[in-house]
Formats: sequence, structure tokens, C-alpha cells
Amino acid sequence: MQNDSLFKTLPRAANGTVRVFIDGMPYQVPRGLNVAAALLANGQLACRTTVVSGAERAPFCMMGVCFDCLVEIDGVPNRQGCMTLVQDGMRVRRMQGARSIA
Amino acid sequence: MTVKHLDLLVIGAGPAGIAAGLEAQRHGLDTLVLDENAYPGGQIYRSVSHSPLADPSVLGADYLRGRALVDDFERSSVAYWPQTLAWQISQDKRVSVTRQDAGGGTLQIAARAIVLAGGAQERPFPVPGWTLPGVMGVGAAQTLLKASAMVPQAPMVLAGCGPLLYLFAWQLIRAGVGIRAILDTAERGSSRAALGHVGGALRSPSYLVKGWQLLRAIRRAGVTHIKHVEALRILGEQQAEAIEYTVAGQVNRIETALVLLHQGVIPNTQITRSIGCDHVWDDAQLCWRPRLDSWGETSVPDIFVAGDGGGIAGALAAEPSGRLAALQAAHRIGKLDAATRDSNASPLRTELAKHNAIRPFLDTLYRPADGFRRPADDDTIVCRCEEVTAGAIRAMAKLGCVGPNQTKSFSRCGMGPCQGRFCGATVAELLADSQGKPVPEVGYYRIRPPIKPVTLGELAIAVPSPDGSVLPRAEFPK
Amino acid sequence: MQKNFDTTDYDAAVVGGGLVGMAIAFGLAKRGQKVIVCDGEDNSLRAARGNFGLVWVQGKGTKCTNYARWSLHSADTWQGFSDDLEARTGVSVGFERPGGFNIAMQPDELATKAAMMQGLFEAEPRLKYEVLDRNALAERLPAIGPDVAGAIYSPNDGHVNPLYTLRALFAAYEQAGGQYAPNARVSDITPSGGGFRLTMGDSTLNAARVVLAAGLGNQTLAPMVGLSAPVKPLRGQILVTERVQPFLAYPTIYVRQTVEGSVMVGDSAEDVGFDDSVTPDVLGDIARRAIAPFPILKDVRLVRAWGALRVMTPDGLPIYEESTAHPGAFLATCHSGVTLAAAHCETIAPWILGADRPTLLDSFYAKRFAV
Repeated sequence: MQNDSLFKTLPRAANGTVRVFIDGMPYQVPRGLNVAAALLANGQLACRTTVVSGAERAPFCMMGVCFDCLVEIDGVPNRQGCMTLVQDGMRVRRMQGARSIA
Repeated sequence: MTVKHLDLLVIGAGPAGIAAGLEAQRHGLDTLVLDENAYPGGQIYRSVSHSPLADPSVLGADYLRGRALVDDFERSSVAYWPQTLAWQISQDKRVSVTRQDAGGGTLQIAARAIVLAGGAQERPFPVPGWTLPGVMGVGAAQTLLKASAMVPQAPMVLAGCGPLLYLFAWQLIRAGVGIRAILDTAERGSSRAALGHVGGALRSPSYLVKGWQLLRAIRRAGVTHIKHVEALRILGEQQAEAIEYTVAGQVNRIETALVLLHQGVIPNTQITRSIGCDHVWDDAQLCWRPRLDSWGETSVPDIFVAGDGGGIAGALAAEPSGRLAALQAAHRIGKLDAATRDSNASPLRTELAKHNAIRPFLDTLYRPADGFRRPADDDTIVCRCEEVTAGAIRAMAKLGCVGPNQTKSFSRCGMGPCQGRFCGATVAELLADSQGKPVPEVGYYRIRPPIKPVTLGELAIAVPSPDGSVLPRAEFPK
Repeated sequence: MQKNFDTTDYDAAVVGGGLVGMAIAFGLAKRGQKVIVCDGEDNSLRAARGNFGLVWVQGKGTKCTNYARWSLHSADTWQGFSDDLEARTGVSVGFERPGGFNIAMQPDELATKAAMMQGLFEAEPRLKYEVLDRNALAERLPAIGPDVAGAIYSPNDGHVNPLYTLRALFAAYEQAGGQYAPNARVSDITPSGGGFRLTMGDSTLNAARVVLAAGLGNQTLAPMVGLSAPVKPLRGQILVTERVQPFLAYPTIYVRQTVEGSVMVGDSAEDVGFDDSVTPDVLGDIARRAIAPFPILKDVRLVRAWGALRVMTPDGLPIYEESTAHPGAFLATCHSGVTLAAAHCETIAPWILGADRPTLLDSFYAKRFAV
């Protein structure tokens, strides 16, 4: 957990973690977290820049209705991070504007 | 391509959907409950059966009560598909779903009746700066606690009003998390107005007691609770740094890196609109909800809504609501006679009435103020996805757009992936304001499937053509 | 925008605020006319909200060469029309005319299309085209998939944002003094004192000329002024995807990429009456039609689907007509409101004001349907 995260973790019921890559960097993330929570926990506040203006956005609703938590997961762009649980070895990349097509 | 045939499909595994599923099974219906999330419980009972917290009691007894319901459901033999998205319901009630869990794939479900239990979402709360990183919903922060055992690191600001806001403040206090301030936007005079409904409130005294206990705990913890806030503005370059608030015309400022916003919840009507259900405007709750009969059936036969998706009534109302829908669905498809249905329904109606009785009081007490539904500042972003401001919406109104659909086609508001969930209410309010009309007269976006974005590949396999060729085109003269 | 229109006389009343109505209304207003547009409701059936955005010439006119010529005339006028709108309103409608492709998945399909284009070219030499095999096509459209046989290319084709076009027309029209009356569905038009009296609910107004541009609504309005508008709905469904980085620099008949980056995919032609809903089978079909030539689209997400009703005459060709029983009443209907917008503004509007009627419009009288 990075010091500059806006969030901290309360004592957990279980101690398992998985290794998740965020923009290429490895992090140990508690098992059972969704990707958006994992980003927030590790001080990665902004998870994308918008397609319209390039403004930075962070997860807003945490329940799958705002679509601000869009990230690339294992090569698939624009997935809702808050609706996807972390898996060991998962590769998460922040979305920079519009996705590429190739 | 698989087509799965069922008696009853329940979309949503919160308390309403779970109750509907269990009730349907009791009467021998072949039932499937599906939900986008990984565990049952919906939002209110999120992760209650798989809590990441060593000590979930920090969330309070009301949350933990959901454990019994979810445990019953998980132990039952009701078929349940987690991580499954229902994205289209066609005119013949065929439902296209895509499963994201191991197994995966897209298929069609043909059910004789459908219960929609998709619940509610937080009401949009458009204030300047609300799109900055470091700003999220109170419900979102509560979900982080429930599902991920995470709490704010430093004292933060809660802004808005409503039972969920005070509940979360209380939970934070129990978790030992400091609150910098509550900026309370409940209007001056709302308490007095709510007293007019106290008779109904007294029929459900437990709600009043709980509410009073929450507020007392917040007071005792010494939380700065600033009331009758008239305006808000969140400041920051790349992320939230401070919040300005106005009380009695005076502007003050609090430095904070995290702002949690909440001004109530509203029914999620994407599916009901996409299938053409009639909707009614609820002026007490300032929201649209599907028109339902006393069983929860919509204007489309054999399609029901249970729970907060039909109008905000809370978790305890959701269970009897779900059961009533399942009873009627069972009767509709011939598996339950009317007399048995009615005798089962009677105590449920009594229970439901008890929980509905508190609503006029709460709805009045926590009515979101005009200024927070109709952002005065032109620079406030209204459509988060397409970054369309309040000023742009007003300009569309000046150009001649009288409704949200023309406004959408001219300004792109509502064209993003959220499909209007976070801007529809605000756009309608601004248009109503510019024309001096009531909101229901202005209308709402035309909502069509897919309910959430799906890939072209998923769409292509959802209904394959028999020989893979393109469908014949009608005569299109050249 | 006025909330209540006044009842003083107008030079022209245009019934219908879609692409046909607004292009004509703007054409009249910018030529100094005092104009009012009477439009329906926010959720009225509106072909203008279901457009794909092609400004298209190739392939048109197989039954009537004048239709190809009319489409070409409008396409040639489009750049000036777009520039004028942008100069007046600041709204860029995203018009581009790099030429367009009609893709063929099978060799015999390509041969049939090529033969058709040759016939058109021989009737009208400005209808230029090229036949490209897959390799030649891949040089222009690198994203094209392996299963494509080839395509017809024509330099005459282009595309535009149809919704921004309508928005720009609104802005330009109002700047030129035009008045717009929404929620003002016209129920009656009565010739009166050399002009026309229009009834909308409890209100009436008078206009020296009236232009019927109400799409499917023209059917009931036309007889009131001695005209005939035999039009029927023909549904089309389209898909719009999330924004992607630019990958397709040219429009194709079924797939085009917008300036914003989203990909539009169409279409269908369904005889289903007044039902503008979207259906899973057709959406699936349209999705397949996108993936077949452009396999990279398979994992792109659809953000919205749309259905709208084209306004179709029995032969699919437009009608532009002035009433002989009641001169001053005009009818304008077509199913290519985007392609023909420029011509409606710069040719039809002047004709309504008394300029000579171009002879190629001789093909577009309603009497051709008389038995």
C-alpha cells in the first residue's frame, strides 16, 4: 500500500494476495478486490483520461453505472474495473483516451 | 447458440431478487437468478456473505441482517449465475445474456415471466468539479468498505443529505475514521415540511429511532455538521484539493483531497425503458419509476419489477416486494391458484405497507434542493461521459430543443457508455427549468438495448442466422 | 427561440423540423424570407435522428439517371454548404469527401456491382468509379480483412455528422431570423386569401407559402393543399460503437468512422410499419456485416443501437412539387436527407421562391405514381 493512497485497509478476514501489474509495475493486492479498488488502494487515483478532453478520471460509483473506472485488463480495453475481480498475473493498464483498434 | 427455457428469470440478486427467487422456488417454478456481481446481496448487502473485513460489525446490524437472507439463498437450490450481464430484452421477452465467469459465452433466455430487480443508483449530484479524481459517491465509498475493506486514509468531507450519508458517517466513526465535515444540503424548512408526514413515520417507529441514533452518534463524535448548505464547488487542478460551500450567502472553504457526494438514490430504469414500459414521475421522490400494479407487474405483461427499481423503499421493503412479484408470476403461469396466492400475499402486503409508510417523511426531509438538481454554474459538467456542461444544455434549450432527445442529438449528452444514467435526470431538470414546465412534461431519453456496451462479436453470436447469411432486405428501391 | 409564435403573416411556413425542413427553411431565411418552422414533439418519429451520415452518390440512379445527377449535384454543393454553416455558426459538421467504398465479400457480388456502376457511368460520365480487388483495396483500407473480394470506389462520395448538420442548420436558421415552433404539430392547412392558414392545436398562423417537409406526416397533409405524398415507412437500424483511434479514413456503405472516433455500422431495410424499435436479429446481422470486412471490429463495444423510419415513396425517388390547385404550397420528400441537404438549401429553396426549376427535377413529380 502506497503512502499517497486516499484509502487504507481495515483488518482483513483473510490474508491472501495476488500479484497484479498496473501499467507494467507489480503490486501485491488483497485477493477479492476489484480492479478499481486495487488501483485506489495503491495510490493510483486517476485510472484513465477521457476521450473528449483528456481529463483525468477516477472511479466514481463503484457499482458499474458511471463508466469512469474504464481500464484495460489483460489486453482488453474499456473494461469496468469495479466490476472485475483481480486475478493473479492480471495486467491492468490505464486508458489514455480512445482505445486503439489493432 | 443455446436458448434456455425457464418459468421465471430474475435479473438482480439483491434482497428483492433473492426473495423473488426463493419464493418462486417454493411454488415449484423453474427459476434462474442472475446478477452482474460475483456474490449475491446487491448493493445494500454487498459482500455480506464473503466479507473481507475481519470485523464486519463495523457496518452495523442492519447490514449483518442481510447475511441470513443471502445464506438462505446460497444454500437453496435456486439456480444462480453470478457475473452475468443481461443486456437486451426483445419484444418477445427473449433475454440476451453474456457470462463473464469461467465458462463464459452469450446465450438467450426464454422465460415465461421476468422479475427485474436491478435496484437503484445514486442520484446524479452535479456540482462544479465533481468529475475530479478524489470525488466519489458516498455509496461508492461504502461499497469500498463492504467489498474491499477499505476506508478513507484521512478525514474527508461528506456533502449532501439522505439516510445513506448519515449511515456511512456512523460506519466511519465506528471504524475509527475521522470526518473533516458533513456539508448538509437538506434545505432549511425541510424538517418542518417533513413533520406533515410524521403520522406515517410513526407507523414505522424503528426507522425514526435508527435515524435519530445515527444523528446522535454523529453529534457525539463531534463531527462538524454544517447545515443548510446552498451551493458547493470542488476545486483542484488534477484532483480534488478543496471544497467551497455556501451557507446564508457566505462562501467558506475546506481543504480536502477526498469529497464524498450523496443526495439520495433513484430507480435504475434502463431495462424498463428499453422494453417500452410506461413510467410515472414520482414528485415526492423526484424521479421516474416504472408504472406497476399491486403485484409489481409493469405495463408489459409478465414483466415485473421488485425492489428499489420500482420506487425507493429500502432493503426491508425489497423482500416482500420480490415475493409478491414471484407469487403473481407463479399464478400467471398457472402454477399457483389465486386463493393460495392471495393468502400468501396478505401478510406481505402488511409488511410492505409498514416500510412504505416512512417514505413520505424521508422523501420530504431529504428532498434534494433545486440548486443541486439544476446546476446554476454553466461550467458544471452535466454529462460526465461526453463532458457536456450545464451551459451547453442551456444553449441547446435556447436553440429550440424542448426535450432530452433533441438535446442529446445536438450536444452528445447521453451518448457515452453510461447511456444517460448519470445525466438524464439533470438534463431533464435543466430543460424543464428553461421552459418553466414540470419535469415529467419534458420527457426522458429514449433508451434502447444494449443495456450496457457489449462487443460486436457478442452481438453477432447472440442471434445467429440459420445459414450465416445476411437477413433479406425489404425492397429498397434505387 | 420564441416560446409563442406570433400570428402575423409569414412569407413561408415549413412543416417539419428535420433535415429536409430545416435545410429548406434555412435556404429561405438566408434569402431574406420571414420563415417559421412548425415541428412535432421531442419524441416524434424523426428520420433525422436515424441517419447514417453518408453523402452518397455511387450506386444511385439505376432506375432513374436524374436521381444520380441530383445526388451528385448536391454532393458537389456540400462543401460550400458546410463552409457556410460553419462560418455562420461555428459548428463544424465534419464533412469530408475522400470518396467512398462499396465492399463486396464475394467475387460475383463484386462483378454485379461493377456491371451496375458501368451502366451508370455510361448514362452519366461524371459517375466515376474504380473496381478494386482485395490487394488494391487493402492499400486504401489497411484494416480490411482477408475474406473480402474487393470493392467499388467512387470519388464522388463522402460523409458528415448528420446530427451536427441538423444542429448547425438550427443555429444558422435562427441567426438568419427564422422562427422555430416545437410541440406545434400541424393538424390542418387551409388555403386562404392567396396564402395558407395553418392550425396547430389551439393556434393558427398565416403564411404566403407553405412547404410540407413533415416526412411520413406529409401523407395526411398533402391532400389539404392539392398535393399527393404516397410515402411509407421503411425501418433502418444502426449501431454506434465506443470511440476508437482512427483506423478508417473513408466511408463505406455499411461501416464508417466518425470524426469523434466512434464507428457507425448499418443498416437494414424492414417493412414493419411505424415500429422504430431495434431487434436482436437485425442488430446481430448488422454486427456480422461489420465484422466480415473488418474483423478487428469484433472486440469493439457497441455503445448504442438505433432504429428510425425512412420516408419511402413507391420508387424510392424524391418528390418536389408545387400544387397546381393551390400555388404556393410545396411538397419535398426524400429518403436521403443528408446527401440532399445541400441541394435542398441551395436549389430547392430558390425554386420555391420562384427561380427556374432545374429540368432534372422533372423526374420527381408525384404524377408519376398516377395509374
